[in-house]
Amino acid sequence: MADLQIRTMADMIAVGDKPEVLFWVGCAGSFDDRAKKITKAFSKILNKANVKFAVLGTEEGCTGDPAKRSGNEFLFQMQAIMNIQVMNAYEVTKIVTTCPHCFNTLKNEYPELGGNYEVMHHTQFIQTLLSEKKISIEGGIFKGKKITFHDPCYLGRANDVYEAPREILEKLDAELIEMKRCKAKGLCCGAGGGQMFKEAEKGNKEVNIERTEEALGTDAEIIAVGCPFCNTMLTDGVKSFNKEKEVRVYDLAELVEQAAEL
Amino acid sequence: MGISNLIFLLLLIVTVVLFVQRVKFIRGNILLGKPLDLSDNPSARWKKMFRVAMGQSKMTVRPISGLLHIFVYLGFVIINLEMLEIVLDGLLGTHRLFSQMIGGYYKSFINVFETLALLVFVSCLVFLVRRNVIKLKRFWSKEMTSWPRSDANIILIVECFLMAAFLTMNAADGALQMANVEDLGKFMLEHYSGVEMAGSGFLISSFIAPILPTDFESLALIERICWWFHISGVLAFLVYVTYSKHLHIFLAFPNTYYSKLQPKGQLNNLASVKKEVELMMNPSADPYATPPPSELEDELPSFGAKEVTDLSWKQLMDSYSCTECGRCTSVCPANLTGKILSPRKVMMDTRDRLEEYSAGKSTNGRDFDDGKKLLGDYITSEELWACTSCNACTDACPILIDPLSIIVDLRRSLVMEDSAAPTELNGMFSNIENNGAPWQFAQADRLNWKDE
Ligand code: SF4
Ligand code: SF4
Repeated sequence: MADLQIRTMADMIAVGDKPEVLFWVGCAGSFDDRAKKITKAFSKILNKANVKFAVLGTEEGCTGDPAKRSGNEFLFQMQAIMNIQVMNAYEVTKIVTTCPHCFNTLKNEYPELGGNYEVMHHTQFIQTLLSEKKISIEGGIFKGKKITFHDPCYLGRANDVYEAPREILEKLDAELIEMKRCKAKGLCCGAGGGQMFKEAEKGNKEVNIERTEEALGTDAEIIAVGCPFCNTMLTDGVKSFNKEKEVRVYDLAELVEQAAEL
Repeated sequence: MGISNLIFLLLLIVTVVLFVQRVKFIRGNILLGKPLDLSDNPSARWKKMFRVAMGQSKMTVRPISGLLHIFVYLGFVIINLEMLEIVLDGLLGTHRLFSQMIGGYYKSFINVFETLALLVFVSCLVFLVRRNVIKLKRFWSKEMTSWPRSDANIILIVECFLMAAFLTMNAADGALQMANVEDLGKFMLEHYSGVEMAGSGFLISSFIAPILPTDFESLALIERICWWFHISGVLAFLVYVTYSKHLHIFLAFPNTYYSKLQPKGQLNNLASVKKEVELMMNPSADPYATPPPSELEDELPSFGAKEVTDLSWKQLMDSYSCTECGRCTSVCPANLTGKILSPRKVMMDTRDRLEEYSAGKSTNGRDFDDGKKLLGDYITSEELWACTSCNACTDACPILIDPLSIIVDLRRSLVMEDSAAPTELNGMFSNIENNGAPWQFAQADRLNWKDE
């Protein structure tokens, strides 16, 4: 494995360089052990495709999404203004992120506050790299494997991105088995709207259990996801059914990483 | 003009007066909401309205109820053409006025109306069975207390009776038309003839004719009774609708027109907060500067919503448009897993509180205060904190109602006005504030993953 080539915006500017795209890592991608693997997988893909990218590193702060959705608009706007100041100072024009929540917030809610960028989700970005042949998948380790895809609410319903993740699975030669509730009808994993950070309200079931049940019902060997929070929720769900040996939860970036043997 | 024309005229006037009064009342209530400019992008809005309200594009997601609903909808729209004739007949004392105008086509028109009437009748019967015999879950959840359930049943039953009356009326009429003028003349019923449809009667109602009496006087009596029952039923229905969840037959159109054009995931950035944040972030701004006079008159800025009047007029229109179908609740992950949150209830509560609030205000004057609020007394924080902001409800709603926007506005008030967020969320807030992430990790460690 080649060493990861990760440069920060500050590094690049210092040597008079400019990236094509800013990789917005996000809080989960920076700190959560499971999500860090996704961050690395995606970085490897970017390295492999020779994409000139940068991260903000310690200059990045939470987009404010969990605060906003929990009703703390103040905190959200403070975060947004700080991030926008940083990015505008670096003259950022294009962002890619592995988190659909960051994606949604940066793409839809920042412009009105002065942050206008072209924002892509990493599945869209990978899909473009694949179709432009900047990376190629050979060997076909997923050929014919049964994979189901869980649509993240903030990628799917919230922003109508349904095809990019599925096209990646197609390129992997995997057998995509849809859950009954998929695409616009996809069921939430239970993490959004601040739920990730609190106990669920009183009920008779956890949302992630309901969703995992459905995913397991497809008999897929892999549950593919495109969001670090969905990843946590479904991984926990699979564990609670004691199925973590048979069924794995992977981000699409990790699947591409494995398939391209990065 | 005969006495019956006078009675009809009176009935029509009373209906129109009552209806207009109700429309004004509802319009006034909707305008209790905060101003919101939705005049942008009319072409996209028209398109959306055509597709979703006229084209019923969201209804077909559930094929059975979608198809039945399209029958009822088409029936409603098209049979209303026939209503024009009925009203004119009633006022002018004519009989089947249009038949004299369009001659041979008339029968074809009536045949189409009758087919639709039959489809409406059957669809409403199936709807009744689904609600009351099969007891589909979404019609029996907690917020579907006795009034909402009866409301739906009343509408469906009345609709069935109206269609039955319409068909029976045509059956009797058709039978009379087949008799010859001289015979009818003996009973002074010659106006029933001369209608261009001799032969076998109308497409559907001719099957009812055999069970009717055959003498002319009874047929004429049946025809008249059904005519009056049908038209007074329709007029009563018109007024009833304004008290009912059935208001969507009108409001679906403006409601889809004014629906959100942005991606579903986009929440509005609160303007009141924006102002404060700008002041805080801009060191050169003078916080003690006198604001321009226009702002002085404004009330204190409020953050989020506690009461219906803190919501926008569009959110209030949403509440009046809601037809209580429960599609939203039936896909809500919180509701599916036993939490008390139900997006349908959010909409019903908003409307109930709005009606209560405006009634209170009109009897007690401007400073009306019944010690109640939408937030807390109707919609509780337990409901609000169960939402995952997944947008399943907004996607499911056939008329593009947005329950999530109300949930978020109420949460905003809980958090920013009352500091009443759950403890864990307060922890998350202070983490973001202090170290730029929802967890307790130092911002300085943000790039550590690179070397791990
Ligand atoms: S956005 Fe909230 S209310 Fe609507 S379906 Fe999702 S969890 Fe339920
Ligand atoms: S909000 Fe929409 S989906 Fe929900 S009950 Fe009302 S009309 Fe039906």
